[in-house]
Amino acid sequence: MIGVLSYLVFFSTVAAILSIAVLGLNLQWGNTGLFNGGVAAFFGAGAYGTLILARPAQEAQFGGFDIPYLVALAGGMAVAAALAWVVGRLTLRLRHDYLAIATFGVAVAFENVMRTTEWLSGGARGVRGFQRPLQDVIGAGLTYNLALLAFVLVLLALTYLFLERLVASPFGRLLRAIREDETAARSLGKSPARIRLTAFVAGSAIMGLAGGLYATTYAFISPQDILPILTFQIWAMLIVGGAGNNRGAILGAFTIWAAWTSSGWLLSRFAPSEAQLYTGTIQYILIGLVIVGMLLWRPQGLFPEKLVVSQSGRTNKPTKAGSVPS
Amino acid sequence: MIQHLLDGILVGAIYSLGAIGLTMVMHILRFANFSHAELLSVGAYSALVFDRLFAAILPPLTEAIGPLTLTGALALAILVSMLITGVTALIIDRLVFQRVRAKGSELSMVFASFGVALILRNLIGLIFGLSPALYSHDIAFAAVLSRDPLILVKPDQVFVLAAALVFMAVLHVILSRTTFGFALRAVAENPSLAQVNGINLKLMIRAVWLIGGALAAAAGVFYGLTNQLSPLIGQNLLLPVFAATIVGGIGSVYGAVAGGFIVGLAANLALIALPSGYSPSVPFLIILAVLILKPNGLFGVARA
Repeated sequence: MIGVLSYLVFFSTVAAILSIAVLGLNLQWGNTGLFNGGVAAFFGAGAYGTLILARPAQEAQFGGFDIPYLVALAGGMAVAAALAWVVGRLTLRLRHDYLAIATFGVAVAFENVMRTTEWLSGGARGVRGFQRPLQDVIGAGLTYNLALLAFVLVLLALTYLFLERLVASPFGRLLRAIREDETAARSLGKSPARIRLTAFVAGSAIMGLAGGLYATTYAFISPQDILPILTFQIWAMLIVGGAGNNRGAILGAFTIWAAWTSSGWLLSRFAPSEAQLYTGTIQYILIGLVIVGMLLWRPQGLFPEKLVVSQSGRTNKPTKAGSVPS
Repeated sequence: MIQHLLDGILVGAIYSLGAIGLTMVMHILRFANFSHAELLSVGAYSALVFDRLFAAILPPLTEAIGPLTLTGALALAILVSMLITGVTALIIDRLVFQRVRAKGSELSMVFASFGVALILRNLIGLIFGLSPALYSHDIAFAAVLSRDPLILVKPDQVFVLAAALVFMAVLHVILSRTTFGFALRAVAENPSLAQVNGINLKLMIRAVWLIGGALAAAAGVFYGLTNQLSPLIGQNLLLPVFAATIVGGIGSVYGAVAGGFIVGLAANLALIALPSGYSPSVPFLIILAVLILKPNGLFGVARA
């Protein structure tokens, strides 16, 4: 029984962390219409940034700053944001698919650099030597994992509330205005390029937070954790949940993560032994089918965005989903 | 140094072939197709299947031609594979992209192509296995062009370069000398105006997929011939091919050709300065450099 409970705690922790990343992507794609093909890079920047800043000094390794954990976590977010700023600055003025290509390129290059630069990231062996915060106070067992889950859930709630407030604010209306009709927004004196950059950097910083928490949970990060499949998984979570809807994004994350882990378990349990080698391959095909299938048959996701009419003097009233407010 | 230059030109020819189809699709259908590089894998592996098939039916074809490891069977298989890959691209368009196009935005197409790439890549891995394969197990002897500095060229590489140049020349003649070529360029320039002048848009889109798929297949086989076959060909070549289209300017066929050679050369010359472990990052650096210096590429035009 304790085994099931500790597995549930672990599963929820990872799913909640991925939910935070999906929320960051939702700000970019769902609310602003920006295609980020390199989620893994920003997730990874947060993960590597956090661990390298927080770990104690080690032989032949960069760092040893031993920075307090929460500051290091914020530092990881800053690394992700800086990476996003560079890419966004160069591409957001151009044709929209330049961003897709450049972010994809950033993910390839980031993984490659982390795998190759031994002194910075430990190369293929990953970052070691990080101690999870407060472990000597709480102890390592189930209690610690429960505390970590609580910490992650608090951050998930904060991210969710922040984004809900942001989307309902004038800034959020501006994001949707640019997504729907850029020319109209510009004619009202708004600067789409700058606002897109803000949304892109903020979304990437949120992905960086998710990466930092992920690395904290395992007290470890390696290039194996930031392969392109992570980008696909997070995209699938968003499209299943319904782009534009924050609650849907979280539900999508839990749904896809449950489907992913259970399909892996089923394949390893019941598939013939010669097919075991192809477990990952089959799971990747399933993720691809989820993405394409959702786009073809239910592009609004399982929990569609609720379009709201915002008029002065009245509270926002939801209209029927999918209909365009007049 | 000279060895790096030669290698760069040879791999550049392969990037060019891949980039031509990609840039045409990106121009006419207006979306970055992340599944294009998987067509290289489809081409490489269908050539493998037909190579074995022809070799079994017609044993005389298994003789290698001259100093190459290329056999008559594989040469025939390349042509068949170009047709099959072109048709595969058409089928994928019919099954996925056409339907997403009908209801979604261009960015939904980008997203759909992400999913298609994942499915194609892993289906190939599932069918042909994850370990690398080879067309021929004969050892390809390299010709020594010079001993000091040591410069080695394999006959297969020379064949690949020559064949790629022939394909590009044929495409150039088609685009610049035939009515069909004019129609294709008109559609790329202004689809609505082209339609007013009686050009069948749907037919032209099909032609673009066929040509793009066929050239991608050739690129895939040539890569397999000079390196090895692996289900990861698409994943590994996607970024260099995208870099080639961006260097050349999205929509410019001649730009894609030039871009392919530039990316091939730059990636190989960078190895003089950088440790070889960093070579997968080089195409990204090239993309960044182009975006800073000349965002629309060498031959591209600004378009919203």
